[in-house]
Amino acid sequence: MAKTDSSSKMGMSAKNKILSVFATGWFAILSFIIIFPLIAGLIASFRPGTELIRRGLSVDFDFSTMTLNNYIYLFSGNADSQKYFMWFKNSLILTFVSVVGTLILCYIVAYGLTMYEYPLKNFLFFLVIATMMVPFEILILPLYKEMITLKLIDTTAGVVLPGICGASTIFFFRQYMTGLPKELLDAGRIDGATEYGICFKIMLPITKPAFAAMSILCAMNAWNNVLWPMLVYRSADKFTLPIGLNTLLTPYGNNYDVLIAGSMFGIIPVFIVFLCFQRYFIEGMTAGAVKG
Amino acid sequence: MKIKNFLYSQKAAPYVFVLPFILSFCFFWIYPLFSTITMSFQDIGPAITEWVGIKNYQKLLKDPTFLTAILNSAEYMLLTLVLLIPFPMLFAVLMDSRLVKAKGFWKACLYVPALTSVVISGTLFRLMFSEYKTGQMNVITAALGLGTFKWLKAKATGLAALVIVCCWRWTGVNMLYFISGLKSIDTALYESAEIDGASSWQKFKYITIPLIKPTTIYVLTISIYAGLAMFMESYMLWAGPDSPNNIGLTIVGYLYKRGITKNDLGYGSAIGIVLLVVALFINIIQLIFNGTFKKEER
Repeated sequence: MAKTDSSSKMGMSAKNKILSVFATGWFAILSFIIIFPLIAGLIASFRPGTELIRRGLSVDFDFSTMTLNNYIYLFSGNADSQKYFMWFKNSLILTFVSVVGTLILCYIVAYGLTMYEYPLKNFLFFLVIATMMVPFEILILPLYKEMITLKLIDTTAGVVLPGICGASTIFFFRQYMTGLPKELLDAGRIDGATEYGICFKIMLPITKPAFAAMSILCAMNAWNNVLWPMLVYRSADKFTLPIGLNTLLTPYGNNYDVLIAGSMFGIIPVFIVFLCFQRYFIEGMTAGAVKG
Repeated sequence: MKIKNFLYSQKAAPYVFVLPFILSFCFFWIYPLFSTITMSFQDIGPAITEWVGIKNYQKLLKDPTFLTAILNSAEYMLLTLVLLIPFPMLFAVLMDSRLVKAKGFWKACLYVPALTSVVISGTLFRLMFSEYKTGQMNVITAALGLGTFKWLKAKATGLAALVIVCCWRWTGVNMLYFISGLKSIDTALYESAEIDGASSWQKFKYITIPLIKPTTIYVLTISIYAGLAMFMESYMLWAGPDSPNNIGLTIVGYLYKRGITKNDLGYGSAIGIVLLVVALFINIIQLIFNGTFKKEER
């Protein structure tokens, strides 16, 4: 009796081991498929851009034909290289401005929507949710016209302002803050702090984890955003990296050296941030999904 | 001094805090929304703006290009719903089980597409969907014995290309959504089901699916919106808003073409309003169907 019992247990664990190999193997295959286009791009970036026009993109591990020429050209400091790093710089500035602006404003708005009781509170929160019900793409025409009227076209303010009070960011901060002890507010008041002092000096430090998660998500969105910046920025010296790279995608393919090497190099900043702060990426992104 | 005292009072402070949202709401949401509704009833020329009533909408109804755009967007949305909800859910259940080793690594790999700009991934896919037999997708289909395709020149393969890009980009993200939903399910439920002798399939059907429903509804909602409003993927694959026979034209693509390229803000706005109504309608139906508006029965 005892023998059969232990043998059946052995059988189970052997079966589980096989299942485990299959399950892990499945994710290995899936991950490979997902990473594959980037590997293909990376390999192609070591070959002349004219190849891409002549042959399309495919993985070819012939190392003898691979050179660093595209990257040498990208860093050479010539006109193309200068243009590329100008886009890079513009993207960094835009990302910085929009992250700082978005986080500060969304934090205080969420603070106002969580820490006080007042008649319009629920209505205002309803409005936050309502803005999520309209796809941004529908508003591009009227916003574009509005930006021309407000003389904000071709300015960073014009790119950043429409999205600066992003509903999902407010939503995330609010969700985080409902879990914070409100007694801290009264404690602060007794100590003689003003309402604004409490907001910035007492509550802000303990909201840091939410800031971490949101800054990363906002930065990634700002770095990769293309549709709206493409409409607002008109002068070539203001283009961000995605807009600039997009201008290289011509049928003549005369700039594909810069396009492919520049695309691969442009992913690096986001990758580094991702590897350092992976946890926050997933936390920030999935926050809205659990509660629905 | 009085004003300062008032601004610092507990009564006024919350309004000061939410002021940025109110301003942004008025300037960048309500105003443009009303302005686009108004514009959709106007003919906006370079010099004069004219009220034309519902003429833009009447024109839309008879516009075959618009019909193409709607059908393309609808087909794309349906295909992405079919592929990007059940499969990521299954992957999430599998990933959440004890069977998979090195979970963090696979999750990170599957999340990578979400890090890349649509410009970069779109360029890579555009080049992989090259019509030459040396393009990656043709290499794969030829190896499978399916022959080669002019991917971006025919309707079916063009749609397939868009859906492939979408699956590539969102499978991992949707899986992570479902994983976070699974984390909120009480493991005691599974344990008691096991004691009652439930099979894995029964546990999935009777515990996982009902309890993960909020996440499913969330993913469904954002997928409906993202599917109907898709534009940049098509813009990148065809290197601009134009595609042969409009095979890659989406609703927002048409809005862009009429509103921005041809500067016909009235007609473009009408397209936007139709999109908004369709998106809201589908979503409300979906939410009613899923019982979101029902009062909690307990």
